[in-house]
Amino acid sequence: MTWPCARLLIALLLGASPAWADSGLPPSPYADKQLADPRQEAAATALMASLRCLVCQGQSIADSEAEMAGDMRALVRTRIAAGDPPGAVRDWLMARYGNWVSYDPPLEPATWPLWGAPLLFLGFGAWIARRRFRKAA
Amino acid sequence: MRVKGQGLLLWAPLLAFVAFFALVAAGLFKPADTAVRSKLIGKALPALTLPPIVPGHPGLTGEERGPRLVNIFASWCVPCAAEVEELARLRARGVVIDGIAVRDTPAELSAFLARHGNPYRAIGSDAESRSMLALGSSGVPETFVVDAAGVIRYQHIGAIGPQDFEAILRAVEDARTI
Repeated sequence: MTWPCARLLIALLLGASPAWADSGLPPSPYADKQLADPRQEAAATALMASLRCLVCQGQSIADSEAEMAGDMRALVRTRIAAGDPPGAVRDWLMARYGNWVSYDPPLEPATWPLWGAPLLFLGFGAWIARRRFRKAA
Repeated sequence: MRVKGQGLLLWAPLLAFVAFFALVAAGLFKPADTAVRSKLIGKALPALTLPPIVPGHPGLTGEERGPRLVNIFASWCVPCAAEVEELARLRARGVVIDGIAVRDTPAELSAFLARHGNPYRAIGSDAESRSMLALGSSGVPETFVVDAAGVIRYQHIGAIGPQDFEAILRAVEDARTI
């Protein structure tokens, strides 16, 4: 690449802004500010770690820098500060976004292998071990 | 020593690999739909009481009735600017559109409406995305079709393009009959 060409490219890159930009407004008051009551803050933090960010999809809302994750943190802290139990806040979100939003899926026909498979594998292992030991004896 | 059934067992790892490869290849050619649909479709629209944001333009009182679109948008959202044209066409066909402006400022939203047009009956300000979350929406732009009984009938994720016009219009027509 020639230098003028490279310079043009750099200028274009510097001038570009992402198309799916955030609002640029300051985050919600409780997006990054802890609650005054340490017990409530602990409950809120635990809940935030187990809620999935909707726009980043691989992070919890506690980990994400996305603006929407900040607004979800603000929602969680405000509801917990108002005295809502964490389970109620999780249920409220799951009623709107489905199980998808939670990293703590409920026991359902579609999710029972999550709990059942380890037991099944353990049983299978025990069965193999028993056969081996019996053969050796 | 050759145990009965060993021949078949010998092929098992290869078969498992082929099955795994097919699964991954299928995922490559047909990527999963990562859009998160609202679970409120078929349920009542939550009460939306949002203050006005543009001077002289009403906000949302929560008393809105009748079949309509609830459009979640923002002046800082580029696809939202692109879909205003389709919203204006829908409005011209008699569709009522209520707007929820997410994280917006009066100045920037007024400039947005002046530049792209204003197809909205009312625009409420959702400063902390609270109503967006209450609707089960995961971003801007999104559009909900609400029927005459106040039930959410349809959700469109992303900007409304010319190819979506007919589907939205049909959904609104369906929403007129409960």
